[in-house]
This record gives sequence, C-alpha cells and structure tokens, in this order.
Amino acid sequence: MDLGFEVTDLPASDHPAPGDVAPEFTRPLVGPEFWADTSLSAVVAEGPTLLVFHPMDGAFPTTYMWNAIDDHGFADDVTLVGVSASSPYEHKALLEERAEDARLFSDPDAGVAAAYGVENELDGMAGVTEHRPAVFLLDSDRTVRYAWVADEWPTFPDYEEIADAIADHV
Amino acid sequence: MSGSDPQITLYRLQACPFCERVVRVLEDLDLPYQSRFVEPMHSDRNVVKRVSGKRSVPAIVDENTGVTMSESGNIVEYLEHTYGDGRAA
Repeated sequence: MDLGFEVTDLPASDHPAPGDVAPEFTRPLVGPEFWADTSLSAVVAEGPTLLVFHPMDGAFPTTYMWNAIDDHGFADDVTLVGVSASSPYEHKALLEERAEDARLFSDPDAGVAAAYGVENELDGMAGVTEHRPAVFLLDSDRTVRYAWVADEWPTFPDYEEIADAIADHV
Repeated sequence: MSGSDPQITLYRLQACPFCERVVRVLEDLDLPYQSRFVEPMHSDRNVVKRVSGKRSVPAIVDENTGVTMSESGNIVEYLEHTYGDGRAA
C-alpha cells in the first residue's frame, strides 16, 4: 500500500515459525448450521489447513481479507478456518456473506491471539484486544509450513505468496 | 472428529430453559455429551430438522442406542430410563 505517509507499526510479534508446532486450542467453531467446541487438532486432522486470524467481523480489513481469500479459492485445496474476537452470532452473519466453505473460531478473550503472539490491543476501544491479520499454513500434525503476521496497522497478507505455499506443501 | 467424541450430541439454543433442563439431567447422570448450538430463528435450523424431523430444540442424538429425540420431557424420560438408577433391565 503506498499512501504517501507512514502506516502505524505494530510491535514485533513472537509467533510460531515454519517448522514449529502451532499451539493447540479449543474454541467454538462456527459453520453454516451450528457451532460446537472444536480443537485445532481435530480440524487439521482433516488435512492441510489455512488458519487465518482477522480483525473483528464487520471491520473493513476482515471484509477485504475474506473477499480476497474467496477470490483465490484456497478452500478448494486446504481446510479453511478463521479466528476472530467476534461472537458465534456475528460469525454466522459473516458466513452468509463471504468466507465460502470456511468455518470460524470465536475467540472473544483473544486467548488464542496470545498463544500465537498476534494480539492487537485496540487504541480507542478500551478493554478490546483482537487479532492481527495473520496466516498460518498447517500440516495435519499442526506443523507450521508458512507463516505471515501483520507488522503494520493495517496491512494485508500477500495472497500470491500464500498460493505458492499451498502449491509447495499441499 | 476423533473416535473419542462423546456419543450423545445435544442440539441446543443458548439460554433455552428446555435445553438447560436436559443439560442438568445429562450432568446428573454423568453422561458425556457434545453441544451443537443453533440459531434463535426456527427457519435457520435446517440441521435440526434434518436430524430429528423437527426444528425444535432441544434435540439429542444418542449414538449408543441409535435414538434421536426432541422435546425436553421426552428426552429427560428417555435419559433417566436408559442411564438412570431405574433403568430398564
């Protein structure tokens, strides 16, 4: 993005890197019809998984990210799951609009964000910590094959790089 | 889903008193169960209709016995008969 001025930097993140095993967690996982407590390991057991952290549902970066992911059709090649601070009800609404064939974890206390080092404590929204844009490609044993975490606010994933990572590893 | 998943699935609506009634009985009987939460709007509950024939919750699916059932009164009676002290021989 070239805006002609500096974009806000985010602090350095200590996130899982390729070769690491991604932290396990259990949260309500929202699909088109219901939500149920589900572990990440149960999801990755289905096959290679793209784990996408995004800001709250309704924020424009969330809309942009899911529109781009849908356009790239990543769900054709990997299991696609998102994580945000939004409630299951908001996730249901998001799934009706976009994030085709994806399921969304609800992480209101941002505990998963903390485990992955992708917290974003929001300025001007007291008490609200959400998730930086971040993308991890995981093997069926949760080994990280590709990792990207936003270092500016806002910034977006390199979708071509993700497509290459999927092509290389899946 | 792994092989260690509970055999009883409860379709429920957040804060629905009939659902909570069933939860109390499941807990009293120490029965492992998994919860699937659905939407307040009846029209958005196709999964429950597919499973049980009705859109009402609570509904349970018990893989132990192959039983699927709606209506909290029926479910409570079923659970107590099947798993309670006075279970059928």
